[in-house]
Amino acid sequence: MTNAYRPRPLLSRVADAVYWMGRYIERAENVARFIDVNQNLMLDLPGEFGQQWQPIIDTTGDEAAFQERYGEANMANAVQFLAFDQTNPNSIYSCVTAARENARSVRETISSEMWEQINSLYLLIAMESRKHLDEGLPNFCREVRMACHLFQGIHHVTMSHNEAWHFVRLGTSLERADKTTRILDVKYFILLPSISDVGTPYDDIQWSAVLKSVSGFEMYRKCYGRLSPERVVEFLLLDGEFPRAVRYCIGVADNSLHAITGTRLGAFSCSTEQRLGLLRSELDYAQVEPILQSGLHEFFDGLQLRMNSIGDCIRGDFFAQKTAMGVGANTQGV
Amino acid sequence: MQFSNYDPQGFYDEMFEPDGKPRPHAGLLLETVERLSDGHLLRYKHAAERLLLQMGITFNVYGDSAGTERIFPFDLIPRIIAADEWDRIERGLKQRVHALNCFIDDIYHDQKILTSGVIPRDVILSAASYRKQCHGLNPPCRVWCHVTGTDLVRGGDGRYYVLEDNLRVPSGVSYVLENREVLKRIFPAVFEGLSVRPVAEYTSRLLETLESIAPLALANPRVVLLTPGIYNSAYFEHSFLAQQMGVQLVEGRDLVVEAGDVFMRTTKGMERVDVIYRRIDDDFLDPQAFRPDSLLGVPGLMSAYKNGRVALANAPGNGVADDKVIYAYVPEMIRYYEGEDPVLPNVPTYLCWREDDRKYVLEHLAQLVVKAANESGGYGMLVGPHSTGAEREEFARRIQAEPRNYIAQPTLALSRVPTIVDDHFEGRHVDLRPYVLCGKEIYVVPGGLTRVAMKKGSLVVNSSQGGGSKDTWVLSAGAGQRQEQRQ
Repeated sequence: MTNAYRPRPLLSRVADAVYWMGRYIERAENVARFIDVNQNLMLDLPGEFGQQWQPIIDTTGDEAAFQERYGEANMANAVQFLAFDQTNPNSIYSCVTAARENARSVRETISSEMWEQINSLYLLIAMESRKHLDEGLPNFCREVRMACHLFQGIHHVTMSHNEAWHFVRLGTSLERADKTTRILDVKYFILLPSISDVGTPYDDIQWSAVLKSVSGFEMYRKCYGRLSPERVVEFLLLDGEFPRAVRYCIGVADNSLHAITGTRLGAFSCSTEQRLGLLRSELDYAQVEPILQSGLHEFFDGLQLRMNSIGDCIRGDFFAQKTAMGVGANTQGV
Repeated sequence: MQFSNYDPQGFYDEMFEPDGKPRPHAGLLLETVERLSDGHLLRYKHAAERLLLQMGITFNVYGDSAGTERIFPFDLIPRIIAADEWDRIERGLKQRVHALNCFIDDIYHDQKILTSGVIPRDVILSAASYRKQCHGLNPPCRVWCHVTGTDLVRGGDGRYYVLEDNLRVPSGVSYVLENREVLKRIFPAVFEGLSVRPVAEYTSRLLETLESIAPLALANPRVVLLTPGIYNSAYFEHSFLAQQMGVQLVEGRDLVVEAGDVFMRTTKGMERVDVIYRRIDDDFLDPQAFRPDSLLGVPGLMSAYKNGRVALANAPGNGVADDKVIYAYVPEMIRYYEGEDPVLPNVPTYLCWREDDRKYVLEHLAQLVVKAANESGGYGMLVGPHSTGAEREEFARRIQAEPRNYIAQPTLALSRVPTIVDDHFEGRHVDLRPYVLCGKEIYVVPGGLTRVAMKKGSLVVNSSQGGGSKDTWVLSAGAGQRQEQRQ
């Protein structure tokens, strides 16, 4: 019997699961980043200004659920809600659990090393959730971030760069683009002590905290030198080389999508490709000034809606049409 | 940790002679373990547990919502089987699986064994696992049991007995492979000087077996493994085997029957499937042929199978020989089909539908093990000596109500192996489940799963009932001799 090479078709259910595995790991990492940047910002704000944890809850889109269970936001309940609350589907704990459930269902498709890394991360969070995190918080956020990075690296070097691999990357980069816009939103929601503080050291400190939260401070400095809000927004939104910049992520997502379909770049054969390609070219040719003039927050809202609709198209084009039942747990929005 | 205080307590011990001297094939291992400095073994034990947890080698416990995922406890001290002993086991298993195949094929065709009166016809027709839908089917190569996980036990007399055949969807082989990997990683020194036969070949052999039954002569048949999903207790094993063989792990909802063929739904459309290694019970395979309420199966699968468009392993219907009443007739089958005496004996079995047997069983419930004919996994079972009066009354009632459904066997003094308990060794009862593959030829993986009843004095080794496992070593023929030269 010969062993001729045969490209391995990818089950729709498996594509769905690996896509969401990628998204959930990235989401967990970004929630850890949210918590970290917010805590960092709080430390730099003058005492009389109080604790600002409500804005970060607002940016997650889960403010109603939070209000119902916890009432007024403070550091303890915000961290509990964002990191460990198992009834919050977007807490770090829930994301890692969901990523692990997805990974478990496709354990034969991903590499053993990927599975073991997700499992280790899960065990770490399950353990931490039973402790009281006080001064340990920055370290916990760092550990989660590093564990997620390790997963990205393991994914890159232990799994063939096949169709399933591209679905992981597609999910990861769409999620990352979405979350970078939300991290920028955190800054938007944080109120300065007074409007006259714009452009003062406070503002400077806050923008550098935002950059640091996406590991972008050093890379920004190399490109632009001095901190200015316009340039920070330009860098995180429109940079073509920084891996957490929205434009960069959308480009990666588009490349993976075309690797999956086999359609050449710049053309489209399904609605996902059409919408993602459109978004990519808009970002490729956008300038930051008009965006700031028409309102950054509104721009982010529009961007998030478009990325959600791309997510819906992916489901329709690759997962849902060809399977009788979707994976119920995975159909929640972003 | 030392073995100086270890006491076999009158049981057959796999490592020690009755007088307390190490058995010849165990001496070297025992020396290696005793040479370890204090605390080493316990550190290895914890490292192994951490590794298993990290690797996610877990199983699900039904009806336990608190911790649905657990690691299967693993004891570091291996169970060793000498080469000549293994030869006999291997010969016995090949003989038995061959006869069982002949039997199942006969039952679903001419039923010669019934006509000739070797087995009463009623016994077959009343078996819950007899599938009339399978009558007249001709699976490729006339093989019905592609993967068998026979349970063997060693009694106080030192002989191996067959306890159950497990022809339907036997599980546990992944633990055989992973236990060896874990032991090699954690405690490599223990292998030194011994020539332990490798087990890693199993997945290649399994893939070969599965490819060999493809319905069409294809160069590259598409093999998939069908799992009930992540909530099944053996899900880890399903994903592990699929991964190791490089085949797709599918659920029922991934498959569809169209125009008589079986396809899987992929991101690029439908893809034909040739061989299905199914890890779903017959009842759930196809709602059109068996249980109509099954959500796990694939509608139309049985008709595709009957028409020879897809191969299924194991073949549906083969569970008829798993019935514990029919099990009692396997020695007769071996004589009938093979014209030989069985190499491996059965455990003596009382069949409650026979009046004399029933009377005896009811009078001796406190000494016997009673089992439901169609259960497995340690469920539906009474261990007489460990039972309460109320439990015995309950079983007496059940036996009288449905005598066909119950068998009884003497309570065996299962052999024991030294096992780490806290900071010392104690004997724990074990069984042995070797795995037999049957395609064009029959292959037995050297070793198998040694299950340990971790609870003191317990005879129930099932993972669902608190059992653990050990690595199982089959020594090469030369190994014992080399060891003797050292002494």
